[in-house]
Amino acid sequence: MLDNLLINSEEAAAIILFGIGFTTLLLQRNMIKKIIGFGMMDSAIYLFLAAKGYIDGRKAPIVVNGVTEMEAYINPVPSGLVLTGIVVSVSVTALMLALTVRLYRRYHSLDIDEITALSRKEEP
Amino acid sequence: MELWQNIPFFCILFSLASAAFTSVLPVKHARRTAFIVISAVALMSALLIVKILPTGTSYTYMMGHYPAPWGNEIRAGILEAVTALIFSLIMLFSLFGGLSRLDEHIPDKQNLYYVMLELLLTALLAQIYSNDLFTCYVFVEIMTIAACSLITARSIRSITLVAATRYMLMNLLGSGLFLLGLTLLYDLTGHLLMSNIQEQVTAIAAAGAYQQPLTVVIVLISIGLAIKSALFPFHTWLPDAYGYSTPTSSAVLSSLVSKGYIFLLIKIIYRCIGFEVFASTRITDILFIFGLVGIIMGSVSAIREKDIRRMVSFSSVAQIGYIFMGIGMGSENGMVAAIFHIFAHAAAKSMLFLSTSGLVEVSGDSKMFRDLRGAGYRNPWAGVAFTIGSFSMVGIPFLGGFISKLYFATSAMAMPPESMMLVMLVLAASTILNTIYFLKTVITLYRPPMDGVEYPEFRPAKSFVFAMVCLSAANIALGVCSQPIIEAIRSGLHMFA
Repeated sequence: MLDNLLINSEEAAAIILFGIGFTTLLLQRNMIKKIIGFGMMDSAIYLFLAAKGYIDGRKAPIVVNGVTEMEAYINPVPSGLVLTGIVVSVSVTALMLALTVRLYRRYHSLDIDEITALSRKEEP
Repeated sequence: MELWQNIPFFCILFSLASAAFTSVLPVKHARRTAFIVISAVALMSALLIVKILPTGTSYTYMMGHYPAPWGNEIRAGILEAVTALIFSLIMLFSLFGGLSRLDEHIPDKQNLYYVMLELLLTALLAQIYSNDLFTCYVFVEIMTIAACSLITARSIRSITLVAATRYMLMNLLGSGLFLLGLTLLYDLTGHLLMSNIQEQVTAIAAAGAYQQPLTVVIVLISIGLAIKSALFPFHTWLPDAYGYSTPTSSAVLSSLVSKGYIFLLIKIIYRCIGFEVFASTRITDILFIFGLVGIIMGSVSAIREKDIRRMVSFSSVAQIGYIFMGIGMGSENGMVAAIFHIFAHAAAKSMLFLSTSGLVEVSGDSKMFRDLRGAGYRNPWAGVAFTIGSFSMVGIPFLGGFISKLYFATSAMAMPPESMMLVMLVLAASTILNTIYFLKTVITLYRPPMDGVEYPEFRPAKSFVFAMVCLSAANIALGVCSQPIIEAIRSGLHMFA
């Protein structure tokens, strides 16, 4: 059990980070902390992917000095997935921050529960 | 390869490209473009159905120059084509139905609304057709962002903003779980294309290896997508998000966005994991129970509402519960009933949201039941449409909702006695609850208005009348000629495997 954890230490760390991020996003009431939690959650998944794609002693899959043997390079697919994922999470983070700014200007608060209560009060 | 096989790819590319163009067009042209794009997608999907039916098989379409298992693929079968057709038609009618209110609700930068609508269509089509799991994830996120913008498009003070924020927060949790599940699945199988994943998963399950990781993957993906499609108890954002946005947005969100995620889940169940492996993990039981609880709780919350649009929103929670109950039955018949209910609910709920907005419009913009008295006389088209929609949701024969309830009940017959009794009891209870709140509303609509209140003369917009007539026809068609659609779903599911 412990051996497996040590061999897969990056993956274990990634899953723990994912848990921290997930609970932050779920339980924190402050919008900024929620967004930080979201960032941690997604980065944890990228760490997991990167760890899975890495092969000990090999190089990044960029052909230099004419070395074309497959054995020289790591698996490029997870790196590609990480890049795509980063693009997605950047756009989502930007959208969330924009929403937070608009809400803060209107309600002068970052607490989502307080904001919800305030908006309920002014309901038509 | 024949020319018609390009249709799925062309539909996706066409709506994506026109979304980019629409952003620089003036409002009038943007609106025209949106109509053209959505109708063109509907027409092409119909053509695809005609072409696929005689072949009796699905086909894969290679994207770019790399063959499987490295490249990206699109896959189209009869179920995908039917879903694309129904979704695009409902989007078209929703746009028609809400058109008369759009200028009032979105006074400036209305062209961006059409951009988001086209992006939403792109994301839906990509999720329906894509054979690549990671592509599906990317389009899931695009759909979330587009749906968020549809909610915030109308700003009544900041209520829609708060609703959209809460919508995003819940959806991000769902996407996080989905992405983790997908990553673990990639890690287990080494593939991203659904067909290759299924080969590996079957081999893993047959060898009895990796039992726990596989279960974790299935749980993560199912729960992630269930959160995104607002299965009870993850529905708290739903009434605000559907209740205050502009009518077109509510109709599109309730009938298409949540259904897109469920369709993706069904596709993953059949295409990636394999139905037997999925059913053997007992996650079906969890979905089944949450579905049952959702049916009851959604209806109970709907009864307590005094606001007609929030009532219709809570009814969506109950209907999502039906769909997950069907998936959770763990049998092919249950799945067929669930998919049919996706269509029936999409047709009925979009009509309910649009007709509700028509009724509210003639009642001094009040959504409270006390002000809605007599609204059925003031806007007869909306009144009749609302009545048909609620009858379909209650399950009156000759309407779509009846057929899906019938199929749910018959597929429950094959289950163990305790589960069967449970399904029958919940179906009966929910029919009674549905009747209570929908018939109460219909009766309110046709009661004489309160004394001393005068309403101005009202002429409904032509586009609204057109949408109501088309959607009513769609509901009746789903109820009367259900057999071909059920057959198509069944053969589509066989093509999936």
